[in-house]
Amino acid sequence: MKSRTIKVDYLARVEGEGKLYVKIKDNTVADVRFSVFEPPRFFEALLRGRRFTEAPDITARICGICPIAYQMSSSQAMESVCGVTVSGPLRDLRRLIYCGEWIESHALHIYMLHAPDFLGYEDAITMAKDHPDVVTQGLKLKKIGNELMVLLGGREIHSVNPRVGGFYKVPTKEDILRFVEPLQWALEASLETVRFTSTLSFPEFERDYEFVSLRHPDEYPITEGRIVSNKGIDISTDQFLDTFEEIHVPHSTSLQAKVKERDDYLAGPMARYCNNFDRLPEVAQKAAKEAGLSEVCTNPFKSIIVRSVETVFACHEALRIVKAYKAPDKPYVEVLPKAGVGHGCTEAPRGLLYHRYEIDDAGIIKDARIIPPTSQNQKAMEVDLRQFVQKNLDLTDEKLTWQCEQVIRNYDPCISCSCHFLKLDIKRD
Amino acid sequence: MEEYSITVVGIGNAYRSDDGIGLYVARQIESLALSGVRVVEGIGDGFALIDAWADSDHTFVIDCASSGAPPGTTYHFDALCESIPSNLFSGLSTHSISVNEVIELARVLNRLPRGLIVYGIEGKSFSAGIDLTPEVRQSANKIIGRIVEDIESLTRHKVTGGDNA
Repeated sequence: MKSRTIKVDYLARVEGEGKLYVKIKDNTVADVRFSVFEPPRFFEALLRGRRFTEAPDITARICGICPIAYQMSSSQAMESVCGVTVSGPLRDLRRLIYCGEWIESHALHIYMLHAPDFLGYEDAITMAKDHPDVVTQGLKLKKIGNELMVLLGGREIHSVNPRVGGFYKVPTKEDILRFVEPLQWALEASLETVRFTSTLSFPEFERDYEFVSLRHPDEYPITEGRIVSNKGIDISTDQFLDTFEEIHVPHSTSLQAKVKERDDYLAGPMARYCNNFDRLPEVAQKAAKEAGLSEVCTNPFKSIIVRSVETVFACHEALRIVKAYKAPDKPYVEVLPKAGVGHGCTEAPRGLLYHRYEIDDAGIIKDARIIPPTSQNQKAMEVDLRQFVQKNLDLTDEKLTWQCEQVIRNYDPCISCSCHFLKLDIKRD
Repeated sequence: MEEYSITVVGIGNAYRSDDGIGLYVARQIESLALSGVRVVEGIGDGFALIDAWADSDHTFVIDCASSGAPPGTTYHFDALCESIPSNLFSGLSTHSISVNEVIELARVLNRLPRGLIVYGIEGKSFSAGIDLTPEVRQSANKIIGRIVEDIESLTRHKVTGGDNA
């Protein structure tokens, strides 16, 4: 019996701490484990007993890359309990700060974390020696995303300005208009990013995913919509827990998720793109087509192109909002507490982020449930790994290990967020 | 005459005890209101460090070290001449890159300032709280003195036409 083990004890270029273990027996993948060993952080427990207005500030601390996603999903959940809808310029500003987060997070992943995989570099620093212009462009793009977050959030990480009902303070038209020029540059740079990523070479690997994302009647989804999939799911956000379930696996401190009575699913850029290609602006659709992408992309390695197309969208959308901006009369809508249960679902850069809260009449949180995108994608990552390794058994351990790490980085996983989660072990018997 | 521009960057989290030692040093220097000296703190995104020193001639970066050495141990690096050991400073957050990585990236991209001195102070306690461990604070006070001397020396050389670049 021939055995082979491939393992990575500490995955690089991912956010948080996780590891991989793959065991191969007689040329068949016998075991695949994507383990998160980041300690659980008990955010849901510490939310209990706090005021409903504190949820956006507390949950923003879950993630330094996508704090806006946490603030938006929690605010939306609280507003739904209390019967408030945030519309008009305040809604636009929420989309704008979220665009900033998409630009910042996508540029970081595309240029600093993912591109080195395809160009054969250990990290962005070594890549920068040979491709300084590429890295410089990535940093500049990321900075514009960060600056939008500073403008609307008060600072680039863990924004302090968004609140239930809107914002504490809103920018003047003059403040906003300063972003026209940088965003025009960013839009051009994002189009260049699509062209750059489309020239990379990708392993041949396709999978029949169930793509789960939001879908909105008019917009490419960021802040709201129904939850849909390419395999028939079409539900409102309050039906999330009726449709999906979380499962505890012994090898991970992060819960995995699946579609009830079905299987793993994929959230994130590829899912949004597949379910919403028709909602992308023409400039992004055209860029995708020129990059050779069809309206559905099932090669997870090509997620770097999809992420680039989404960056085009985010720059275009931010520019649209900036140009049309009219300051709202008030920076927020008053939200008074009301006993009940509320659900919030928005699209974090790496996928669907679900929040559910129960609050009482005084606005005290009685129960909280948060299901981040990396949790939802964990099972899909393991299935990707199993299928990818099975198809590539002829690779050397070194090459296979490298590409297995890539399989995980395709997801831009945010491991800290998922803990409530990277190391690779490939074992061949 | 154009003023010599110096940036002092304090890194850390003031609410995690000794992790805030870089901020303590930066704030003490800010309170001295030295001419031509700009103090920056609150950097959460490591890449922002490159922008923090972009317009300055000389930059000091102070961060808490966590390498297992005795608390209060101090480190001094002239980043233009040497690399910083990767085991000294943790990431600015679990989501971002560490001080040494940012410096190496800036070095490759030719975006280091003309002078870059990095001080590290080994911390002891990283639990929630704003108190600094006495031995860590004591070392920080010595570093403040060194930085002030360096600033005076840099400024004096500039005034007298010397060149520290």
